[in-house]
Amino acid sequence: MVNLGIKIHELDFKNPVLTASGTCGFGEEIADFIDLSLLGGIVVKGTTLKHREGNAYPRMAETPSGMLNAVGLQNKGVDNFITNIYPRIKDLNTNIIVNVNGSTIEDYVALTERLNELDKIPAIELNISCPNVKEGGMAFGISCPSAEAVVRAVRKVYSKTLIVKLSPNVTNIADIAKAVEGQGADSVSLINTLLAMAVNAETRKPVLSTITGGLSGPAIKPIALRMVWQVYNAVKIPVIGMGGIMNATDAIEFMIAGASAVQVGTALFIDPTIPVQIIDGISAYMERHKMQSVNELIGSLQC
Amino acid sequence: MKKTVTDFLLLENKQLNKDNFRLVLQSPQPVSDLFPGQFINVEIKEASEIFLRRPFSILDVNYNQHTISLLVKILGRGSKKLTETIAGQTINAIFPLGKSFTLPDKSDRILLIGGGSGVAPMLFLAKICGLDPANVTVLIGARSVSDHIDVSAYQQFGQFFFATEDGSLGEKGYVTNHSVFSGELNQFSKIYTCGPDLMMKAIGRKAIEKNIFCEVSLENMMACGFGVCLCCVEDTKTGHKCVCTDGPVFNVNDLKW
Repeated sequence: MVNLGIKIHELDFKNPVLTASGTCGFGEEIADFIDLSLLGGIVVKGTTLKHREGNAYPRMAETPSGMLNAVGLQNKGVDNFITNIYPRIKDLNTNIIVNVNGSTIEDYVALTERLNELDKIPAIELNISCPNVKEGGMAFGISCPSAEAVVRAVRKVYSKTLIVKLSPNVTNIADIAKAVEGQGADSVSLINTLLAMAVNAETRKPVLSTITGGLSGPAIKPIALRMVWQVYNAVKIPVIGMGGIMNATDAIEFMIAGASAVQVGTALFIDPTIPVQIIDGISAYMERHKMQSVNELIGSLQC
Repeated sequence: MKKTVTDFLLLENKQLNKDNFRLVLQSPQPVSDLFPGQFINVEIKEASEIFLRRPFSILDVNYNQHTISLLVKILGRGSKKLTETIAGQTINAIFPLGKSFTLPDKSDRILLIGGGSGVAPMLFLAKICGLDPANVTVLIGARSVSDHIDVSAYQQFGQFFFATEDGSLGEKGYVTNHSVFSGELNQFSKIYTCGPDLMMKAIGRKAIEKNIFCEVSLENMMACGFGVCLCCVEDTKTGHKCVCTDGPVFNVNDLKW
């Protein structure tokens, strides 16, 4: 029997496979397909202080080995989450992590304070990397001073596990990772989507209503792997890797490159049972390689 | 019925005309509770350039034999690839997805209007609505008789009328100009439609004007089909709604039409 358990800061995960924010709703939406308690964790849909309608349709474009989205953080706001969603999902027997978004530092702080009160939310993922909102979001994540400022402010009001989700749309992601580590982040997760676009040649119009959107899927996996490896070598805090993970081999590659855990995102759109297949696949791999603990995989890249 | 990711056996792939195919899929489990307007999201195998599944509405269900029929029109690479699947191969699909049309009451007189591949859920609805065929009017539009699919197996369930743009079958012109609409539209208590947006909008406006119950089936582009990607939203009177889970069937009064 292999041990799949990992730790991020002080938080135990039964296995290193989480579902990524914005790809599994609040977990309930995929409960028909899988037993959610099998997951290492669920990062729920990006939440903001106030209700957001998100961007106009069309919000999606299929691209080679991937897709663009421009949802723009459509969500009903934190009050709705606390009143209507939290009671339904708090006892799912997996780590429920809320993805936190804001337009201003004050928004991030006010939202975090609300989430800090919830016993069954052991961690937040601070999203400073959403490419699909006009203000805030990625703007915080693309420079060290602004990333530091938002993490510093949130750290003051949040006592539990603080994960910061990083943008790949930067010159040097390791610098941003070091900056947020310096302000007390307990972990970094990466990568968010890459800023990208699609054009309809017949109409000469952009496919997305917002012109640009975020690219995800296997197309971005090599970039994500490279960034995870760079960040792993730059910081001491655990790294959560994501970007185009479609199967157990992909997940294992991220762990070898330095990820302590992985998030599965876009793959859920194709097959919501994939996270469970990945968990089983990691176990099988470990047995084949005679590993007792999944921790032996983390950062085991032989250069 | 719980949503599942299922490997179906393709029993039949029949070319109906140049661009339209009927695929009959057999499920390993019973396909109860599957109604007109609902859809399944099909994986396109061995096509590296196609990343996402393709949604198709249900043309027919045989509850005893656990089979689902789809009408697949070649619109792009995904649908083309799917029509190249041969009987005996497996087709992976997520189902059942979406909300169905509201089934009519015994006292209803209904008008069903299908355009293009939108005929699929209309034929299914005509078949299972349980009304006297005298109270079911089906109007089908196509560009030309060569784009039209054979509906003779369904003609026992209602009175059928046709419109083609070139006049090669039924009345000449758009389906929305058919004489059904110049008659007393209020003889119908419910109108259902599926087809191109412009067609559905024109019909929806007529229904709103005459204050007749009307449901339409939208097909906004989607990635997942089960409400997590939030890509297929329709801007309704009550905000953005997912076509995949809040629809695809909407009452016209809820839309900004």
